[in-house]
Amino acid sequence: MRKVAIYGKGGIGKSTTTQNTVAGLAEMEKKVMVVGCDPKADSTRLLLGGLAQKSVLDTLREEGEDVDLDDVRKPGFSDTLCVESGGPEPGVGCAGRGIITSINLLESLGAYDEKENLDYVFYDVLGDVVCGGFAMPIREGKAQEIYIVVSGEMMAMYAANNICKGIQKYADAGGVRLGGLICNSRKVDNEEEMIEAFAEKLGTQMIYFLPRDNMVQRAEIHRKTVIDYDPVSEMAGHYRLLASRIDQNDMFVKPKPMHTDELEKVLMDYGLFG
Amino acid sequence: MLDMTPKDITERSALRINPAKTCQPIGAMYASLGIHNCLPHSHGSQGCCSYHRSHLTRHYKEPVVASTSSFTEGAAVFGGGPNLRQSLKTIFQVYKPDVVAVHTTCLSETIGDDIPSIVRKAQEDGIVPNGKFVIHANTPSYVGSNVTGFSNMVKAMVDYFSSRDFGKSTDVNVIPGYVDPADMREMKRMLAELGLTATVFPDTSDVLDSPMSGSYEMFPKGGVTTEQLMKTGSASMTLALGAFASESAAMSLESKCGVPFTVMDLPIGIRSTDRFVKSLLDLTGQIKPVASMIEDRGRALDMMTDMQHYLYGKKVGLYGDPDQVIAMADFLISAGMRPVYVITGTPGKRFEDKVKTLLGNEACRCVVKSSADLFYLHQLIKSDPVDLIIGNTYGKYIARAEDIPFVRYGFPILDRVGHGFFPTFGYRGSIYLLTNIVNTLLDRIDRDSPEERFELVM
Repeated sequence: MRKVAIYGKGGIGKSTTTQNTVAGLAEMEKKVMVVGCDPKADSTRLLLGGLAQKSVLDTLREEGEDVDLDDVRKPGFSDTLCVESGGPEPGVGCAGRGIITSINLLESLGAYDEKENLDYVFYDVLGDVVCGGFAMPIREGKAQEIYIVVSGEMMAMYAANNICKGIQKYADAGGVRLGGLICNSRKVDNEEEMIEAFAEKLGTQMIYFLPRDNMVQRAEIHRKTVIDYDPVSEMAGHYRLLASRIDQNDMFVKPKPMHTDELEKVLMDYGLFG
Repeated sequence: MLDMTPKDITERSALRINPAKTCQPIGAMYASLGIHNCLPHSHGSQGCCSYHRSHLTRHYKEPVVASTSSFTEGAAVFGGGPNLRQSLKTIFQVYKPDVVAVHTTCLSETIGDDIPSIVRKAQEDGIVPNGKFVIHANTPSYVGSNVTGFSNMVKAMVDYFSSRDFGKSTDVNVIPGYVDPADMREMKRMLAELGLTATVFPDTSDVLDSPMSGSYEMFPKGGVTTEQLMKTGSASMTLALGAFASESAAMSLESKCGVPFTVMDLPIGIRSTDRFVKSLLDLTGQIKPVASMIEDRGRALDMMTDMQHYLYGKKVGLYGDPDQVIAMADFLISAGMRPVYVITGTPGKRFEDKVKTLLGNEACRCVVKSSADLFYLHQLIKSDPVDLIIGNTYGKYIARAEDIPFVRYGFPILDRVGHGFFPTFGYRGSIYLLTNIVNTLLDRIDRDSPEERFELVM
């Protein structure tokens, strides 16, 4: 079983990319479980065809610790398994602690047991690694490989660099590795070259460049992944390719996060003069 | 026992070993008990509340009641609002206090529970009965110390109760500091002796030193009432004793109700008590205190001079909460002793400045440190021993390891009695402290004297 966590700046398209990639893997007959680690609980909407699911923490709150796996795990597109951690309403409680609680509970319920025959677990984590809770998927050897969704926009690259610092912290103890950057294009000048260079500086690779396509938006409105909504579209092909690249990936590194001035130089070199 | 403490002091940045302080909520809980008919409430997990209650009980030898929000995993994630609401419901239905004094804990502080908005909602929903009060103080233990917690809760009393609506009176407010019930009792006695009408708050006398009567009172008769607290806003002045424990409440009272304040040292020792009495005399326009007070002073002075040869030049290692330590250092110096190590666990450079000023020319030969711990004190003593250690119970290990006489003083004292009944405040308090110090030194002389020098008269 490969355990994968997807990180990246807020709004960069982590959940969309994760679910479309998972759809691609599911098409390849892989058994995949997606664990949404966002209090908004919207990480599995496209796979489930809507926000129908009760989150782990909601269930924990209502039923106490006597929770069944089937209460919180729902089947989605092409036999994928979908779980949402959930969390407190905005402005109260501790969402980070929620993720820790939720992942521990999933473990004790046997969601990762061998009898589940999982090929992949995907953790879709909210925004930055703001506290220990959001680092939970990369702590204690939970996820082994990380992909960071990024674009050529400066703040996205800053966030990616920051996330690499988090990975670096846990790389020695937990054995977590960076598998690569997924560029989700924002149509920034020289985007592909810039992210390739950026990836190289971080000691990793740009595993795929996803072009910007309105098809993603259309599929989202229909609460579907692109592969589900329009299997023959060009964008569906891109997601399939990304899925197979991840499936075949063998480049796992401890990232080398950059100093801010170094990072800004990459931006200058490619963003301005490329 | 502490045989492995290395003599050489190395720089430490993070680690504290045997801290010379404890949690903020302990101080907050203690302060709350100084309000009449008040139930302290710990907003956090059960363990915090249990520990704080038992720690107070062990020092005061009295049952300490407090309630808790009883956090579970769910409360940590979703916030403790529902737990606090349920707590308030139960408390007002079952225990019926006049005041619930909520203090936070590390957990509720870290998840960021907003106590005022939770309480306001509970009030709107009728959970808090009319005429009952819920006050709160934020007391994260990773900031400051037990003294900070005490100070925060006393400030909360002002912020919630003190009012300008009662006009102006000639009464005086006295914030006695983080001291034992015996001291609060003695404070009230001295104020009465000086002919002053004063509100002492908080006041734990008759709460944590209540007599055995055969029947259990959940809320004993002592404590400052809510009405008295409201009227603190009309007083002519506030005397805040001990800068660390009492100043912030006095400042708040000045900015809220325009009551001017004076911060003074705790009236421990003759010199400090003199200053305290003088300032009260100035206030009332009296020339000198009543005869009984002058006689008490004379008796304290008498003991100090009679025993001078046992006290003079003795080196002392002194530690504890800052206000107590400052006052005691002053007392020791005035008695001719040499407090060479003066330490508190509470942070505050102010402490160091103050003690160094007291020490004057001696300061360069002494170690004065805030945010320090008992491990450090032990190391200092190992390099250059002292004749006496003065501090709370936690020092008994050093005293035993280094075979040094030890006088228990401050909070907490978990292994002796007396501190709950005999004040350290005022001239009478000086006699009690001197008695302890001298007798402890004499015991040591007796123990160590060879037969031919074993004296009947000392």
